[in-house]
Amino acid sequence: MAGQITFEPDDRYNAFLATCKTATHGSGKLAGVAVAVKDNISTQGIETTCASKILKGYIPPYDAHAVGLLRASGAAIVGKTNMDEFGMGTTTENSAFGPTLNPCDTGRVPGGSSGGSAAAVAAGMARMALGTDTGGSIRCPAAFCGIVGLKPSYGRVSRYGLIAYSNSLEQIGPMAKTVKDVSDLMGVIAGYDRHDSTSRDKPYAHTPSADVKGLRIGIPQEYFGAGVDAGVASVVKSAIGKLEELGATTVPCSIPSMEYALAAYYVTCTCEASSNLARFDGVRYGPAADTKKSWHDAYQEVRRDGFGPEVRRRIMLGTFALSSGYYGKYYAKAQIARENVRNDFNRIFADVDVIAGPTMPTIAFKLKEKSDPLSMYLADILTVPANLAGIPAISVPCGKSEGMPVGLQIMGRTFEDERVIDVAYAYEQAVN
Amino acid sequence: MADADGQVIVGLEVHCQLDTKSKLFCGCSTDYRSDGANTHVCPICLGLPGAMPALNKKAIQYAMRVAKALNCEILDESEFSRKNYFYPDLDKAYQITQYDKPLAEGGYLEIESDEGGEKRVRITRVHVEEDPGRLVHMGNVERGKYSLVDYNRAGIPLIEIVSEPDMRSPKEARKFLNKLRATLEYLSVFDSEKEGSLRVDANISITGSERVEVKNITSYKGVEKALTFEVTRQKNLIRRGQKIERETRHFLEARGVTQAGRSKETENDYRYFPEPDLRPLRVKSWVEDIVLPELPDARRERFIKEYACSLNHARTLTGELKLANFFEQVVAADRQGLSSLASTWIADTLIGELNYRDMGIDRIDAAGFTGLVRILKEGTITDKSGIEILRVMLDQRQKGEPIETAAGIVKRLNLAKTSGDAGAITTAIEEAINENPKALEDYRNGKAGALNFLVGQVMKKTRGKADPGELNRLLLEALKAREA
Amino acid sequence: MVSEKDVQHIAELADIGIIPEELGTFTHQFNAILEYFDTLDRVPGDTTFTRDLYNVLREDVVEPSLPHEEVLRNASAKEDGFIKAPRVM
Repeated sequence: MAGQITFEPDDRYNAFLATCKTATHGSGKLAGVAVAVKDNISTQGIETTCASKILKGYIPPYDAHAVGLLRASGAAIVGKTNMDEFGMGTTTENSAFGPTLNPCDTGRVPGGSSGGSAAAVAAGMARMALGTDTGGSIRCPAAFCGIVGLKPSYGRVSRYGLIAYSNSLEQIGPMAKTVKDVSDLMGVIAGYDRHDSTSRDKPYAHTPSADVKGLRIGIPQEYFGAGVDAGVASVVKSAIGKLEELGATTVPCSIPSMEYALAAYYVTCTCEASSNLARFDGVRYGPAADTKKSWHDAYQEVRRDGFGPEVRRRIMLGTFALSSGYYGKYYAKAQIARENVRNDFNRIFADVDVIAGPTMPTIAFKLKEKSDPLSMYLADILTVPANLAGIPAISVPCGKSEGMPVGLQIMGRTFEDERVIDVAYAYEQAVN
Repeated sequence: MADADGQVIVGLEVHCQLDTKSKLFCGCSTDYRSDGANTHVCPICLGLPGAMPALNKKAIQYAMRVAKALNCEILDESEFSRKNYFYPDLDKAYQITQYDKPLAEGGYLEIESDEGGEKRVRITRVHVEEDPGRLVHMGNVERGKYSLVDYNRAGIPLIEIVSEPDMRSPKEARKFLNKLRATLEYLSVFDSEKEGSLRVDANISITGSERVEVKNITSYKGVEKALTFEVTRQKNLIRRGQKIERETRHFLEARGVTQAGRSKETENDYRYFPEPDLRPLRVKSWVEDIVLPELPDARRERFIKEYACSLNHARTLTGELKLANFFEQVVAADRQGLSSLASTWIADTLIGELNYRDMGIDRIDAAGFTGLVRILKEGTITDKSGIEILRVMLDQRQKGEPIETAAGIVKRLNLAKTSGDAGAITTAIEEAINENPKALEDYRNGKAGALNFLVGQVMKKTRGKADPGELNRLLLEALKAREA
Repeated sequence: MVSEKDVQHIAELADIGIIPEELGTFTHQFNAILEYFDTLDRVPGDTTFTRDLYNVLREDVVEPSLPHEEVLRNASAKEDGFIKAPRVM
């Protein structure tokens, strides 16, 4: 039934950058469901900033493909959510418009970069949300805020309209409190789009099943190593134990390419970002370039003033890594490393159906705790392999450690998002 | 060792707009020239955040046609890359082009060499890329200078054809360019009349000296001019003992000179990497299905064989697709009878008259021209009258007046030959001699040109209608008679 | 190891504008990260890539362009239908 809903939330967590006070909606599968959209996804007529000053005031003249599908399903788009600027971060503290707070503990971060979407869902302000995941940006905040978040297989959800950070790694994905809602939202947004040349003809039409009898689960030693907090590891192991009770078998395995997976990730994403973000020159959109200055002076000024330090750092890293003489050492090597990660997963998936482990090595950090960029990057170690390989990965809440939510991560073979959803569903149904 | 008399070495990089209906990566129409700025633009070619490219199959097919015609090898796998640099007309701050895996490599194009025969200019590579937008520079010192950008052109498909440095003179460069242009026209992938549809960068050096790049040459004539200027400039520097710097220069068409560019340009680090939003191409097998039309060289040979054209005429006529088509249309009804006259008159006269009026071959009606050729064949008018008739027809076309037939003009202007009317000629001859006593004097003193002068005077009086052979005979008789 | 001068040069190459007060910290962070990137040196030099998607192409069909006003809407400076940009010297 078409209609409209009123949306005037008490956004004490700073989850939203823009809200639609009256959100109209059509009829369809998600008729009237309040859905929040991460602010790096283009929404026609609604300001889209990527949480950056350099896009303040930008109003896209078109909808992202996934947003169009959302509207067609009858969903009510209630607002645009806060994020780390251009997706660069693991805490949403890199937003130019203030951090989002974790509804479970406002002294802590909600995770990133889809922190606003996670907080909006966790706090009950929106039933569902769209996030994006380049190196863990859906799964990390899902884990930190205690909700469900899926990074689909690469190519299953169109990227047309997603303001690019790292084209070869990122996907738009569904976030919600329950696996069923995540699955329903996935059903709406997945499918082929002729505007996205990396898009696959793999529509999603699945009802989650809780049957995991006979399922073989790989447990990688690298996911329970020294870098993972003992409390987190313990909670996740119990969760996996639950799956065993339900009829699954666990098999130890190893992903040797994890050794350089994070380096491969950061080289790839910074290189692609340095190219993707070069278009923001204040000429066609964004805060005005000073036309009284010369081109290069004006361009530098726009970028210096419009991008935050983390964005500028990554652009410089990427520029350096692509510069003359370094391409072979960095970007080319990173693609080989990715192929090795893919091969490792293929080898493991010949023997098991899914891989399980913690989503994040710790619980949510305290605000301002991660001030050093490199130590922040290292927190992505458990999430980036799925992006490098393009495989589906979900985070489902599996308990608490030190009072904060912990996420269980399930990864599956390429295009077996349905199976990954099923395993998460089985666990969720068993404990609720 | 720099040598002012050393060999001139030229290589060309030619960019041509492919004549597809939509742009390379989006559905915007390519027919933008008569429309206002920024009216053929969409999120993709405007480079809006989040937009993604979708590759036009026709552009690849056209490029493959060109590659095949140039005898190139299509690569098993080719891909697009990003060429990153910052400029207001490049709205994504990168150009999607092809870098280390182009569509095709290693071919050749045959041209007429300076020595007279045919030579092969090798083709290094053929690839596809997008055109940037168009920048207009505005303002002045008082109001402040700024630029205006029109993105209509952004995303137009370009084919880039790179030659080896096999040309040895500005003339050979022009021949290469003309041959390439004709080939692309014959393939129906390129419209050379569209303004700005072709751009050339040239690399030129004298043996022993550094290479200079000349960018931004946008006309065929411009290429020869720019290179001729460069040869002179470089040779002069060498003679003065100065070193040629390796640099990039710009061609200023209006002044016919090249000018040093900003040095920053030559140090651009484009940070190429494969375009992650596009998938690689594996299209080598498509080559088999490409059926090439008759190309310029084959058509030239056919004109020589079927129409008994001379090599030079055949070269000229087949040098432009429309011209070759025009010729064949003109002689269609009577190939044997008309081709000799038609080829001569088109190649030696019509083209010149059209160029003079800045008119294209498509402004003249083939049937009308055929009429003129027929009359010339009948021999009822002189060549001079033929030229006059042609000029009348072209002028009428240019002014937008109704165009008469050749026969009609003959009648109206009374141009039929006055051969056999010896009386009229004799009168004219007597008048001419009487009016020009000095010429008679010069003739008697054996001065060259005096006879021609008198012939000219008689021609004028007979309005060109006198049969030249008869005129000469009668004039000589008359002059002889006066000797006595 | 990159120096502050190198970082300055990279900032110029990227036309990114670095704030002088940041230079020291940036350089320090840069080096730490680049050192971490060096783990890639351990990756063997070559591999065959498995790709299963080629030849993604569309037909040469004209589709509507954006209305002229939409093209200009987000631009801060325009003139006579053109978009105004700082001058290129």
